[in-house]
Amino acid sequence: MTTRGDPKIWLRFTPAERIGRSMVYIIAAIAVVWSARTIEIIPEFLYDAPQQTADLFQRMWPFDIKYWPFVWKTLVETFHIATLGTILAIMMALPLAFLAARNFTSNAMLRWTAQFIFVSSRSVNSLIWALLFVAIFGPGAVAGVLSIAVRSIGFVGKLFGEALEEAQAGPIEALTATGASKPAILIKGYWPQTEPAFWSIALLRWDINIRESAVLGLVGAGGIGVALDAALNNLYWDQVGLILATILAVVVITEIVTSSIRSRII
Amino acid sequence: MTASAAPNAPSNMAAAAFPPNWPKRFAWAALTIYAVYAISVLDIDFERIVRGMDNARRLFARMFPPNLQADKLALIRDGMIESIQIAILATFVGVALSMPIGLAAARNLSPVGLAWAARGLIAILRSFHPVIVAILFVKAVGFGVLAGILALVVSTIGFVSKLFAEVVEEISAKQVEAVRATGAGFGHVLMFGVFPQVMARFVGLAVYQLDSNLRNSTMVGIVGGGGIGAPLFTAYQRFDYDVVLTILLIIIGIIMLMEVVSSRVRQIFQ
Repeated sequence: MTTRGDPKIWLRFTPAERIGRSMVYIIAAIAVVWSARTIEIIPEFLYDAPQQTADLFQRMWPFDIKYWPFVWKTLVETFHIATLGTILAIMMALPLAFLAARNFTSNAMLRWTAQFIFVSSRSVNSLIWALLFVAIFGPGAVAGVLSIAVRSIGFVGKLFGEALEEAQAGPIEALTATGASKPAILIKGYWPQTEPAFWSIALLRWDINIRESAVLGLVGAGGIGVALDAALNNLYWDQVGLILATILAVVVITEIVTSSIRSRII
Repeated sequence: MTASAAPNAPSNMAAAAFPPNWPKRFAWAALTIYAVYAISVLDIDFERIVRGMDNARRLFARMFPPNLQADKLALIRDGMIESIQIAILATFVGVALSMPIGLAAARNLSPVGLAWAARGLIAILRSFHPVIVAILFVKAVGFGVLAGILALVVSTIGFVSKLFAEVVEEISAKQVEAVRATGAGFGHVLMFGVFPQVMARFVGLAVYQLDSNLRNSTMVGIVGGGGIGAPLFTAYQRFDYDVVLTILLIIIGIIMLMEVVSSRVRQIFQ
């Protein structure tokens, strides 16, 4: 027997860490129990869910091919909304990203303003932005483009701002030392370092926006959602099926296109 | 400024410091032409924007001050609580299901066939927007919170299990082999070889998804999936823009609070 005090026991976490973790688990458990107990689920609706689902798929097939010309027209519109919205978002987000980057802007007030714009833009869902813009500009693609753009500012700005903060100071100092002007430093100092990040952010957001712009039509903001809304309101499930199949195909194609572009240019 | 201006450098040997990149310039030009074309196709014209600005002024005038009447606030509170509950339950169920699906999709742990099946499932779950999934669930299980929860469970599995599989694929094999060498069974290998390496990232993903579910749960109500979306949509349709503003401010406030909480939780599990 040694008398050199207690044997040391290896513990993975400090007591404080363990208390913190336990607290999170306990709060999470309370939140789940609270939600599960107060939420009302009507069991009668559940009994016939399997029949309803089977019925749903039976009604969808065969697709109503006669609806295709309208679906195609709104699909093209969806594509334009997503792409234009992404371009517009990038144009608005880039200056804000520079304002938000710590190595570019030293004024804390400006940085916080930019961060606040990013958080507000991301907090409100694109459908809710769309409701707002439909109220302002009336139903149509304009509202769709703007809601996609405004919703994407936060995403693009935040990620591009972080990419800017990771830019190496060396090339920028070198350019400053040659007496280069501010725009020249931007184009030849920051841009080459952040260009890969820029393209990957832009592609990622474009991919997301294609999916998002597919539902904007439900609130009247143009695109294939308009066709979906009309079909749903008329309970023409064979048209709904056609639209869902179209959206699925578009999502798969976008995924293939973005991943091939990404592997080529990044 | 070109390099040929430098002294003692023969001009024919010096490369320009920043040579022009014609394919790239061409791509930028094409993008600009596309943007102009798309604007013309969508008939976005100046007159409409001006008219819109006029509408916007009236709309914002009607938004202020936000409506703080007791009955409206009670309605908003109930809707918001329902949205939060939808987000919590969807995250819980979705994350619980994502754990096995993510492990099944990780190619370093699961057999090839199972991994591809899990990946296929994830791809299908990811392909539709939560609102479209919500529409289908409203038809299947009726109006109400259950449809919203199920729709968000689908998107949670799609996101969390995909990223969790990627995290599991990045783990170091050494710890797994060490545990396996002690004669441990598969459950113990998972428990002591895999989970300690990925748990922090998994909690991070779950917390991120809770954030994202909270945002989406404000939206499924528009198609009948419960939560604050329904009162919000009604307020828009009745032109009660002061109520709209109150709801939007509350949503933004709660989501900002949520971001603070989630960054705290991520720190704890760092």
